[in-house]
Amino acid sequence: MTDQAQLLPGTLDLLILRAVSLGPLHGYGVLLRIGQISGNALLIEQGALYPGLFRLVRQGLLKANWGTSENNRRAKFYELTATGRKRLREETVSWNLLANAIASALAQQPEEV
Amino acid sequence: MKLFDSLRLRTSMLFHRSRVRSEMEEELRSHIEHRADDLERSGLVRAEAERRARIEFGGREKYKEEIHQALGSHIIETSVLDIRFSLRMLRKSPGFTLTAVLTLALAIGANAVVFGLMDGLILRPLNVPQSESLYGTHYGDNTGWQSYPNYLDLRDRNRSFEDLAAFNMVLGVGLDTGKDAIVANGFATTGNYFDVLRVQPLLGRFFHRSDEHGPNSAPYIVLTYAYWHSRFQDDRSVVGRQVRLDKHPFTILGVAPPGFQGTLLFLAPDFFMPIVNQEQLGTETLSTRWTEHGVFESLGHLKPGVTPAMAMADVDTVGSYLERTYPKDFRHKTTALSREGLTSFGPAVRAFVAGLTLLAGLILLAACANLGSLFSARAADRSREVALRLALGSSRKRILRQLLTEAVLISLAGGAAGLLGSVALLRRLSTWQFIPNVPLHIPVALDGKLYMVALLLALISGFLFGIVPVRQVLRANPYEIVKAGSSARMGRRLTVRDVLLVVQIAICAVLVTSSMVAVRGLVRSLHSNFGFEPGNTMVTGVNLATGGYSGDKVPAMQKQMLDAMKSIHGVESVGLVNGYPPLVYTASTRASVFKDETSDLRPVNAAMMPFRYDVSPGYFEAAGTSLLAGRSFSLQDDKNAPAVAVINQNFADKIFGSVTNAMGASYKLQDGTRVQVVGVVEDGKYMSLTEDQEPAMFLPSMQSPMSSAYFVVRSKRDPQQLAAAIRSKVRELDASLPVDTQTWNSLLEVVLFPSRVATMALGVMGAMGAMLSITGIFGMAAYSVSKRLRELGIRIALGAKRKEVLQAALGRPFKLLVFGSAAGLLFGLLATRVLAFIVYQATPRDPLVLAGVVVAMALLGLLATWIPAQRALSVNPMILLREE
Repeated sequence: MTDQAQLLPGTLDLLILRAVSLGPLHGYGVLLRIGQISGNALLIEQGALYPGLFRLVRQGLLKANWGTSENNRRAKFYELTATGRKRLREETVSWNLLANAIASALAQQPEEV
Repeated sequence: MKLFDSLRLRTSMLFHRSRVRSEMEEELRSHIEHRADDLERSGLVRAEAERRARIEFGGREKYKEEIHQALGSHIIETSVLDIRFSLRMLRKSPGFTLTAVLTLALAIGANAVVFGLMDGLILRPLNVPQSESLYGTHYGDNTGWQSYPNYLDLRDRNRSFEDLAAFNMVLGVGLDTGKDAIVANGFATTGNYFDVLRVQPLLGRFFHRSDEHGPNSAPYIVLTYAYWHSRFQDDRSVVGRQVRLDKHPFTILGVAPPGFQGTLLFLAPDFFMPIVNQEQLGTETLSTRWTEHGVFESLGHLKPGVTPAMAMADVDTVGSYLERTYPKDFRHKTTALSREGLTSFGPAVRAFVAGLTLLAGLILLAACANLGSLFSARAADRSREVALRLALGSSRKRILRQLLTEAVLISLAGGAAGLLGSVALLRRLSTWQFIPNVPLHIPVALDGKLYMVALLLALISGFLFGIVPVRQVLRANPYEIVKAGSSARMGRRLTVRDVLLVVQIAICAVLVTSSMVAVRGLVRSLHSNFGFEPGNTMVTGVNLATGGYSGDKVPAMQKQMLDAMKSIHGVESVGLVNGYPPLVYTASTRASVFKDETSDLRPVNAAMMPFRYDVSPGYFEAAGTSLLAGRSFSLQDDKNAPAVAVINQNFADKIFGSVTNAMGASYKLQDGTRVQVVGVVEDGKYMSLTEDQEPAMFLPSMQSPMSSAYFVVRSKRDPQQLAAAIRSKVRELDASLPVDTQTWNSLLEVVLFPSRVATMALGVMGAMGAMLSITGIFGMAAYSVSKRLRELGIRIALGAKRKEVLQAALGRPFKLLVFGSAAGLLFGLLATRVLAFIVYQATPRDPLVLAGVVVAMALLGLLATWIPAQRALSVNPMILLREE
């Protein structure tokens, strides 16, 4: 647990969109999926997920429906809307730009400047 | 429809919200159960798994809050929560809540009452179209054109008014419908009155200028809506019917629209009649130019583009023209124009209402200071709760909003209670007939504006005292407070609470000072020398014109009545005075007098304008006016005898230098008559209690008889029996004469009315101020004692004496009290200069008032600190220290 990274502000929404893009998930499922696709490298407090989920629903990026989970419990399932899919593509592009820029900035050696 | 839709939308949103909330609960629960399922699978027992899952989930309430925020605007919902929580908190401390609500109810109630008065008296225009361009002349300040001929000249010569109307009052007219004769009051108006005011009749028609064809040519009356309703029961067939006014036949032309009550705010007439007929009712003749009673007020709409200042200059030009043309009859003084409605009382009424508004505002401010310090004390006591909530993740904004909600709830409750009280009070004020038999009333406005003002005041004051503890909460450091407990900080420095308390006490001292000054003034005016003895005297007004008497029949009948009244058992003396006796209905007559050597009798050359009373033999004895020199009148002073006069001392001193010089000397009246002084009487008050000493002359009534006169009857008999006896004596002589009999003292009420009202209002304000300062000081002292109980316990345990304990516990509140009172006294004394013009002899430099204020404030302080002091002294150190 100790070598998990803190999330940068604003990145949780992107992770949720990505997790849900792979198939409809309920809240706990989103959490597990993020853990799975990030290699358990990110520290996310469980409750912190929900304000993000509600926010994305409100922005029309996700839609939610009640259903039954694999544990045979009632749960709310989230899936991407068309705008959500579009937003995920845009955010992915801009995140990659930002990440590459910062990575290259940090990789510069003194003699190369 | 729109309203309905928006309501439906709103309720569906509320339902939606509650559904969202329950779904959210379910979703979070589902999350925790899924997690628990996983943990159980990894080998934990179910209970432990669920516990772990809850812990891993984190602060559930905090996330719920965040979800709510993520869901966007939910002000209504959090407000509902805040309100519920506030109500719970307030219910937990009923004493605090009740005190706060009552304090505010008083303060807001006082403000609402004052606003109702202000709205009715000042803000609301007269109920006629385009009242903003309607201007009139003051009555009573001798603007110089108050006779009918002068009015006609002004109407035709001015270039400022579109048209000029005028009216006079005809009071106490017997209106006979054929079934019964009842006394009614009306306006005698010029024919163009309704046209100038642009009013349309409800029924029938109004009279117009074309109806006037010289004296007594237009026997028509128009009824007001209220009178038509009460006397004629809304009978639409009254139009065209004949009635008798003082025995003269008049035809009812029509009914005025509801809401139109003439052009005076204080006096609502029963009917309107053409001014050309007013002589029939015994009112002033229209033909003389020098009279001051032909017209009460002239009024008209200014032409577009004409300012009041231009109009005044224009009227002054006409005035100087009239003075040049009629030097014997007319002396022009500078004109004053004013908005219609309040006549010459306007400035005084406005100043009075402004003063009341100021005082009421001060009360509200004091109440806010009071509640502010209560709230800040409460916030300090709740610092632990606040700290806990901060530590548990509540935001400061949320806490502040909740505190403010509490304040606003209290202010709304107080505002509602105050409004209820003030509406009840205003209702009573508006129907209050403050002078018996006189159709005067107080115009009061009771409408939506009043409710809006009360609501606004409540909200403003709620925020005012609600924000006092804000800084306290913002600065609070949760860790320190939770660690150290609430009694950790006991600052020695000046706090907001101290300042608030001083402000509040100062305001209260101002109120107490002003009310004491007013009460003293009233007491003095009740005990000043009137120049007559109103006790044990009855005054009986009889207008012989109502019985159709005229000419020589008038003095003959008056003589018979005098003799009849004298014959009543127990009557000591009887006299008669034309018009009104001194200090009755603030009505009086003045006349120019000239020195004997003056031959050019223009008004400009007049030596002075004393009050003029025409009295019968026996008047001075009946009135109790003492004769300083010479004789009073006898039956020989009639039409055939030389003109004689009795003057007052002031007259004698001013014209002749002394009483002895005056005896036997002569002076001249306006019409050139030489009058010889045969007696001098003591000085007195004539028109109002606040007047400076004025000259007065008394002439024999038999030399200039008038049909409207008052009989003054002195007797020690019971006033009611006496009044009955007087009425039956008059009925024996002429059963058709209406008789108005009252004690002189009860008529003095009218003159005393302004200062009595002022004193009453100030007294109430002073009492409220005193109450506020008691609760304020009590709150502060009680709080300071309760905060320092432990310290006081230690002091007592260490052997402190009672005095030292008291000093420690109450020294600070007491110092603040002294400081605040001193400041308030100072301001109060400055403020009483403002009072001086309403309240008779309101002098701030009165040692009794000074001492009274000091004693009152000291008593208030003592009263308010008594209970906290007892509590401080009864501290039992053992119990207290064990408890902590």
